Amino acid sequence: MSTSLASEPTQAGNGRTSEGADLHLNKITKRFAEFHAVQELSLTIPSGTFFALLGPSGCGKSTTLRMIAGLEAPSSGSISIGGQDVTGLPSHQRPVNTVFQSYALFPHMTVLENVAFGLKRKKDRKAMEKARQGLEMVELGHLASRKPAQLSGGQQQRVALARALVNRPQVLLLDEPLGALDMKLRRQMQMELKGIQTEVGLTFIHVTHDQEEAMTMADIVAVMNGGRIEQMGPPRELYELPRTAFVANFLGKSNLMRGVVKASHDGVLDVEVAETEVHVLAERAVTHEGEIVVGVRPEKIHLSRNAGDEPTHSNELSGTVIDASFTGTTTEYLVDVPGVGRIGTFAQNRGEQPADVGDTVYLSWDTSHSFGLAGDEQVAAGVNAT
Amino acid sequence: MSSPVMTKEGKVRDLRSKEEIRAERRKGRTGVYLVLPGLLVLVLFFALPVVVLLAMSLYTRPPGAEIGQFVPALQFSNYATVLGAYWPELMRSFGFALIATTLALIIGYPMAYLVAVRLRERKLLQGILLVLLIAPFFSSFILRTQSWKQILADEGFVAQTLKAVGLLASDGHLTATAFAVVAGLTYNFLPFMVLPIYANLERLDTRLLEAAGDLYASPLTTFRKVTLPLSAPGVFAGTLLTFIPAAGDYVNAALLGNNRNTTMIGQVIDSRFFRVIDYPGAAALSFVLMVSILILVTVYIRKFGTKDLM
Repeated sequence: MSTSLASEPTQAGNGRTSEGADLHLNKITKRFAEFHAVQELSLTIPSGTFFALLGPSGCGKSTTLRMIAGLEAPSSGSISIGGQDVTGLPSHQRPVNTVFQSYALFPHMTVLENVAFGLKRKKDRKAMEKARQGLEMVELGHLASRKPAQLSGGQQQRVALARALVNRPQVLLLDEPLGALDMKLRRQMQMELKGIQTEVGLTFIHVTHDQEEAMTMADIVAVMNGGRIEQMGPPRELYELPRTAFVANFLGKSNLMRGVVKASHDGVLDVEVAETEVHVLAERAVTHEGEIVVGVRPEKIHLSRNAGDEPTHSNELSGTVIDASFTGTTTEYLVDVPGVGRIGTFAQNRGEQPADVGDTVYLSWDTSHSFGLAGDEQVAAGVNAT
Repeated sequence: MSSPVMTKEGKVRDLRSKEEIRAERRKGRTGVYLVLPGLLVLVLFFALPVVVLLAMSLYTRPPGAEIGQFVPALQFSNYATVLGAYWPELMRSFGFALIATTLALIIGYPMAYLVAVRLRERKLLQGILLVLLIAPFFSSFILRTQSWKQILADEGFVAQTLKAVGLLASDGHLTATAFAVVAGLTYNFLPFMVLPIYANLERLDTRLLEAAGDLYASPLTTFRKVTLPLSAPGVFAGTLLTFIPAAGDYVNAALLGNNRNTTMIGQVIDSRFFRVIDYPGAAALSFVLMVSILILVTVYIRKFGTKDLM
């Protein structure tokens, strides 16, 4: 890939050189008749970040993106980019560009004319030259004179990306741009997108409902639900320490158990769960007394036929295997723990199957892997959200 | 360099089996049968009359013959005679038609845009406006034209308003003027402009307009660079459907014009045929009108109808 685009800073939408800019959303709300699509959302996205807005359909992530782009006006609140308030600016005056889910390539123009469209509007004298470089960057230089309809979905997606990128916007918005691609192409484009972002150093805001996509690509992920941000942070942090049941279930899988805090000592909470005691580090718990929901990720759980198999694990539950499905690298287990419910886990394929359906097994994990959520959380929140 | 399909002589050999070729031919023949009825109608009611018209335009009236009596001949001077006499009316017809087409486009495009794009989410209102657009077709063309006489009458509100704001002299008239004729043409052929544009804009992907805005195009630039080029086929069809009948129209000029400076070629043909009973003259004028329109339309299609606007 050519780096020529990255190395020369060019004029952005409103005349200043861009290396990406901070984006601030201040209490923005969007109402559609009776429906609150986005509610009092405040957010700061530092310059040069690959930011992912992750959430199920209807959570308000696309509306948020459209408000940043200027395609939708917020009902209240303000938006600023690089310190400039853009709330009242129409889309064509904002230093942002969007890669649309539908690509929205102009069918009557060639691929090259599509890519040069934004540059020409800004009266860039080198519009054609830069458009050509942009096409080279997405490796489509040889298709410059084709019409969009003559390209495959993946190629159209790259043209849409080049068309937005060549303008060097301060913020690049990506509205589920990979949604229409098949899995293989999707993974490939994820790598390429991430590579391009690192190369050009612009602020990317990527909207997606694919948690794997968000985690592999983004520096910071914000999980949205019901028009609000549930939790925000680096992917690993979100995964290891979810703060709400929705995040715990939507971002990967979690086992959540209801319990009551019985005691607290040395930064560890003792929680009574179905007549057994499990432990959570106080710093990993949202609440420190009364009702609590204790969670642990499936892969952190060790499954064994014998009690006390892992001496360092200070949490242990026992139950009956009700389902075991072999996937090759692992075997996924569903264990029924009396008084708790179904706990999911899996065992690496190390040559022998640790348990079969109907076996009594012991599930153990290290205290540092437990997390504590507020006692009034719905344990099934976000389980089936897509 | 020889590929398997090339024979030594350089001819491309047909690689399909005989069976496939026969099936192909059979398919081709079915197509011909399906076209036949239409072809027959065209020959009987278009090609043949055109030939008769052409022949008639060259007839001559022998000395001493009664009115309406003509004999077959090859009198090409008929063309020179009618063109010499009615050149201004022919030019005026195209002039009026051009103005009416332009006005219909200026008035019709926003109408089509409103109904097709702006009211896309409001199906009921869109439907009502569409019906209103087609409603004029349910009443008589002559009556509708006649009613323009009332609208433009000296004591009507249009003339009164224009006089009040000083756009029309206090002793001026709107009826029996070129203005009235062009207004009538514009009004009568407006639906032919609006409907094709509507049909085109109805399919316009508004996400493209958002994309243009996102790429720094102002609403006006978006219209110029995206909406208009994409709707060009509709505009193209609309202008042709308006211009062609407007150029040959005689009702508007007859009802809304005067006998001095609004006479259109259709009127002349009408009077040569029905009043003067000059069949060769009327036929020659008809032929000239037809050929001129054909030439104008061909030039128009060559210039705008191809890739430039599509």
